[in-house]
Amino acid sequence: MMPFIVKNLPILIVITPLMFSLIVAVLNNYRLAWTLSTFASFLTMIFTILLCFEVSYKSNISYYLGNWPPPLGIEYVIDRISIIPIMIVSVIGLIATLFAHNFFTLEIDEKLVSKTYSLWLLTIAGLIGLITTADAFNLFVFLEISSLSAVALVALGSKVDRKALVAGYNYLILGAVGATFYVIGVGLLYGVTGTLNMGDLAQKIPALGLNKSVIVAFTFMMLGIMVKAAVFPLHIWLPNAYAYAPSPVSVLLAATATKVSIYIIVRISYTIFGSSYEIYSFESLRYILLYLAILAMFAGTIMAIFEKDVKKLLAHSSVAQIGYIVLGISLATSPGIASSFIHLINHALIKAGLFMSIAAMGYYTSKRIDVKTIAGLGRQLPITFFSFIICALSLAGLPLTVGFISKLYLIKAAYISEGIWLPFLILVSSALSLIYIWKLIEGLWYNEKSLKIEKIKELPEIYLPLLVITFLNVYFGIDAGLIIDNSFIASDALMSGIK
Amino acid sequence: MTNEFYIYLSILTPLISFFITPLLSSNPNLRDSLGPIGGIITFYSSLNVASLFLDGEILSFTFFQISETLSISFKITGLGVIFGLVASGLWILASIYTIGYMRGNKEKNQTRFFTFYSIAIFAAICIAYSGNLLTLFIFYEVLTFSTYPLVAHKQNEEAKKAGRLYMGILVGTSIVFLLPAIIIVWVLTGSLDFSTNGILKGNISNEYVPFLLALFAFGIGKAALMPFHKWLPAAMVAPTPVSALLHAVAVVKAGVFSMLVVITYVFGIDFLSETNGAVWLIWISSITLLLSSCIAITKDDLKARLAYSTISQLSYIVLGGAIATNIAVQGAAIHIVMHAVGKITLFFAAGAIYVATHLSKISDLNGMGKSMPLTFIAFFIGSLSIIGVPPMGGSWSKFYLMLGSVEKDYLLVIYILAISTLLNVYYLLEIPAKAFFQQKRTNIQVTKHPLTVYPTFFAALLTIILFIYIEPLKDITNLIFGN
Repeated sequence: MMPFIVKNLPILIVITPLMFSLIVAVLNNYRLAWTLSTFASFLTMIFTILLCFEVSYKSNISYYLGNWPPPLGIEYVIDRISIIPIMIVSVIGLIATLFAHNFFTLEIDEKLVSKTYSLWLLTIAGLIGLITTADAFNLFVFLEISSLSAVALVALGSKVDRKALVAGYNYLILGAVGATFYVIGVGLLYGVTGTLNMGDLAQKIPALGLNKSVIVAFTFMMLGIMVKAAVFPLHIWLPNAYAYAPSPVSVLLAATATKVSIYIIVRISYTIFGSSYEIYSFESLRYILLYLAILAMFAGTIMAIFEKDVKKLLAHSSVAQIGYIVLGISLATSPGIASSFIHLINHALIKAGLFMSIAAMGYYTSKRIDVKTIAGLGRQLPITFFSFIICALSLAGLPLTVGFISKLYLIKAAYISEGIWLPFLILVSSALSLIYIWKLIEGLWYNEKSLKIEKIKELPEIYLPLLVITFLNVYFGIDAGLIIDNSFIASDALMSGIK
Repeated sequence: MTNEFYIYLSILTPLISFFITPLLSSNPNLRDSLGPIGGIITFYSSLNVASLFLDGEILSFTFFQISETLSISFKITGLGVIFGLVASGLWILASIYTIGYMRGNKEKNQTRFFTFYSIAIFAAICIAYSGNLLTLFIFYEVLTFSTYPLVAHKQNEEAKKAGRLYMGILVGTSIVFLLPAIIIVWVLTGSLDFSTNGILKGNISNEYVPFLLALFAFGIGKAALMPFHKWLPAAMVAPTPVSALLHAVAVVKAGVFSMLVVITYVFGIDFLSETNGAVWLIWISSITLLLSSCIAITKDDLKARLAYSTISQLSYIVLGGAIATNIAVQGAAIHIVMHAVGKITLFFAAGAIYVATHLSKISDLNGMGKSMPLTFIAFFIGSLSIIGVPPMGGSWSKFYLMLGSVEKDYLLVIYILAISTLLNVYYLLEIPAKAFFQQKRTNIQVTKHPLTVYPTFFAALLTIILFIYIEPLKDITNLIFGN
């Protein structure tokens, strides 16, 4: 049994949530649906941990689906790079599933709850599949699986607020445009190279010399994924989707979906096209990404400062934080990419914690949380408030939290490759982010309460997952070695492919 | 018992007090006694650290290794010993005084107040004993965040506004200037550890030295160099014990202490003298020193006047570092102690007056001397120490600072120091003069709280004791640059 599992781990982490999503869909009992979903995400998490050990001494696992070797068959690759986003998705997936129960039963029609869990697991399966696959077309399939189920999940927020339907629709249209762009790019590449396997593509593209189809293909693929990753200015679907989705969905999407897309940007630009870096002189593209990232940092932060609805505020802040991650990638140096990976992990922890605590506040008060309704809530919900404050300070980059480690390495990388002006811009935007963070903390703690609510008892099934995330925010802010080392291993592995 | 035991003890005591205080909110007497007890333990262990340091022991340990070149580690340095002694010693006095003030004034949310008070002391001690720039930065930020609830304690619009300004300037400058400065040092030298001769020599070309120093000088907003000084007067909305211990001692001294540490242990004073990298800082701090003294004269609010006087006195310390000779840096280090004791006396007195009479305007204090003789005598003694008149402690540090400027031929600096002293005389002595020699105008109810008056008077006596008993302090300052 055990060798069989170990041998098939790369597919098990995808197939487990996929299979369970089918089972859950036909259930009528939402409690059972939740239990099975938790079990599925727990299994996925166990498989991921086993995979971590496997990868740590093999460093590169190549799995042929159905034993068909590439380029004919589909190859799954788990290496020191892809294990990072897999870990993010399965850890956050498990915590968010544990957390989701109360919210889904409250925010969604009872009949639809088990279907919701089915979509939920489908999203997780799609996201993990996106990371593991080494086949450019299979990636498109998973892109559609994860996006469509995520769109449906967003639209399910319509019981609470009908704006969720519009948000879901926008997400659907833009996501479809992105996916189409991507598949056009893949088609062009297939036309000139005759292969879909990423490793194979990387070998064949340089042989073509300077080829216009390849340039067009690259542009289409990158643009398509940049929509999914919500890189400024292609982010417009994001704020509303996060704001009006059911609360656990915001947690899952904010912490994982865009992160996985960013990982794909890295894969496309380094694994597929890294080998022809010299031929196409991607240096100019690097600067396009860099400037977009800077714009994202400021635009997201400024939008967040003027935003009143807290979930939307956090979504705008996500746009800015995606800017930081893309900035690290655009530096195209080993420390730069490592800092991106560090922030990829850390930002998942930060945003998961923030969206969870806001969700908890909304649950306890049965109100939509904006800057007015949070007034004075901190004293009534001490545990939730404590978690919120830690995660918010982590977002601001206070020392002893993960946000600080991210900032430290990002600035170092930026200073080494661009000189002092870039760190300065990063830090100004990060100082500006204090304004909206402080607005929230001050409101929660110091303002007189505006809602007349009776004494609230905080529920352990809500605050325990929240406290776990909060603890991770602090723990990896002090014992950051694990994250830093693995990010540097990943970035060195990526950079070694560049010619 | 190992040598490191006392470092642990002095760091952990305030931290433990931070965790216990909220648990004792139902028993105010027990809760409030934690402060003085914690203060005594911390001060005792700081004294032991100091004596071990004087014996030439090298005390350092790494608390946590984050990555190869990053660690949270502690190391005892000459400057650190001085700051640790000041912060812990005055914590004893301030905690006793705080009890009197909070009760006499019937303040709300006392438990929260004492909780954050202890964490602020914890951060200050950690700053004092930090062994590298990362540790210093971490606890510098912890200090800022932990003092915010104290500044905004009254929870009204004014307090919230002041809190925003306080956080905005302190966190803003530290993120935008200080953090990149630290990272530049990290990239240039590959290390962040303090060394008695500095670590930058040979790693940076000379023309960049003033620029890097500027990032540090303006990044350390707590040193209140103009134009980043506005937070200090704004923070005066806090209850007086906060102004006394934090905004005259722990927070601002953490700022100037960090400046001195950067100047001596990161740049190295010899390196700064060779490259003339700190000359601009002499003039900036001189301007701050004079201008804030001038502003102080115009302030009628007692605490605002003391706040501007603090800004001016902090610049003496930065000036000492900027002159960058052994004597000047020693003078600056001694001034950390002398100004702390002197200024805490003045703030204690201001708070005692407020508790007794609810007066905060200087113009209202006419003739109050007869009602509160001890308090105003203490104020007078404290003022003399700030001005620098023997036999008060403050005279030593001014003497050293002047010696330093003579050594480097900065004659203009001596004139500036002299003018500033005259301004000090004017705006500080006006207050006891009015209190003792003018006619009382209205009948004001005076209800003194003994725990506010006696610590004030004791602090005043301390300025005189420090004048006579200066030897141990000098021994420590002699070791700032290693043996």
